[in-house]
Amino acid sequence: MKCKVCREPAVIDIRRHNANFCSDHFLKLVRDQTQKAIDEFSMLGRDERVMVAVSGGKDSLALWDILLSLGYAADGFYVGLGIGGYSDRSGDQVRSFAAERGLILHEVDLRETYDYDVPTAAAVTKRVPCSACGLSKRHLFDKAALDGGYDAVATGHNLDDEAAVLFGNTLHWQTEYLARQRPVLPARPGFPRKIKPLVRLGEREMAAFCVLRGIDYVVEECPMAVGNKHIGYKEALNEIEARSPGSKQAFYFGFLARAVDRFADAAPAHTEAGDTAACTRCGVPTTSEICAFCHLLEKTSGAEPVLLTVKGRQITA
Amino acid sequence: MKVNLRNPNRTLDVEGPMSLVALLRRLDLNRESVLVIRGGTLVPGDAHLAADDEVEIRPVISGGTS
Repeated sequence: MKCKVCREPAVIDIRRHNANFCSDHFLKLVRDQTQKAIDEFSMLGRDERVMVAVSGGKDSLALWDILLSLGYAADGFYVGLGIGGYSDRSGDQVRSFAAERGLILHEVDLRETYDYDVPTAAAVTKRVPCSACGLSKRHLFDKAALDGGYDAVATGHNLDDEAAVLFGNTLHWQTEYLARQRPVLPARPGFPRKIKPLVRLGEREMAAFCVLRGIDYVVEECPMAVGNKHIGYKEALNEIEARSPGSKQAFYFGFLARAVDRFADAAPAHTEAGDTAACTRCGVPTTSEICAFCHLLEKTSGAEPVLLTVKGRQITA
Repeated sequence: MKVNLRNPNRTLDVEGPMSLVALLRRLDLNRESVLVIRGGTLVPGDAHLAADDEVEIRPVISGGTS
C-alpha cells in the first residue's frame, strides 16, 4: 500500500476516496478537508475567535488541534457532566491537552455550579441521558461563547455523526430537525454561531488523526450512551459503507445539496420570525416563560444525586 | 498473536500469522468501525501480522445524540 501523494509506504486507506496515505500526507489531508469545510460553508473568518466545545474524546481534541494548526484563535470549553469515573477521566484528558500546549480552557461543572449532574437529570426527567446531556451542553456552550465574546462555537461532529443524525431524522421524518441540520447555524439574538468543521471527515479518520498526532483521548464510550439509537444508526451505516464506500458522504452531502432547503417550511417559526421572549430566569430567548435549561434546573432542584448507569450498575472510577 | 480489544477491555490469543483483513473477519469486525494499532502507530489495511505481534483493535464509533 503506497501513499497516493508521495508513493512512500501508506499507513491508512480511505476507501471512499479510493486512496492510501502516509502519516504526513494523511495529517495534511485532514487539515485540508477541515479548511475546505470552513471555506465552503463560510464557517469562520480569519480574524474571528472560536470556542471549541471539548469533551476529551477524539473528535473535539482533534478539532482543537486542527484549528490551531490552521492558524485560528481557538480556546476550549469543557462541561463536567458528573458521569462518574468517565467524566473524571474525560476532564483530566482535556486539562492535560490544554496544559501541555499552553491553551486557554474554560470549564463549568454541572454539580458545582448548578447542583445537578447528567445521571440525576436523566432520572428526574425520566428521559434518555443524552437528552439532558445535550440540553445542558447546548445551553452552556451558548452562554460561555456569548459571555466570552467568541464569534462561534465549534463542535467535533464528523461525517459519521451527521449521517447518523440524518438517518434517524429521515427514518422518523422529523422535518423540523431536517430543516436545521446544516454544518453552520447562523448567530441569532441570544445564540452564537454554531459550526461543525469536521463534516467532511469520517470517524475512523478522526481516530487515526489522533493516533498519528499522538493525541491522547478517552477511548472508552460514555456509559450512558452505550447501546443508544445513534450508535445503532452508525453501525447500520457502516455496514452499508463497507459494501459501498462513499455512501455516507453521498447521503449527507446529497442532502445538503438537494434536500435540506425543501424542509425550510418545517423550521420552527421562532428561528425565522423572532417571536420569542426572554427567559424570566436567565434571559435567553425562549418560546415559554422559562427556557428548557431553567426548566431542567427547576426539576432537578433538591433531587437526590444518582450515581448509576442506565443499566443500574454503579459507575466506578 | 496477542489482540487487545477495547470497550470493554479484553485480550485474545489468536493463532497467526495472518493478514489484517483475515483477523478482522475472524473477529467479525467491520473495518469501517475500528483501527488496528501496533507499536503506537496504525497498521495499514494490506498488512500481514506475525505470530508474535501484539495489536490493539480500537473501536472508532462514539457518541450521544447531542
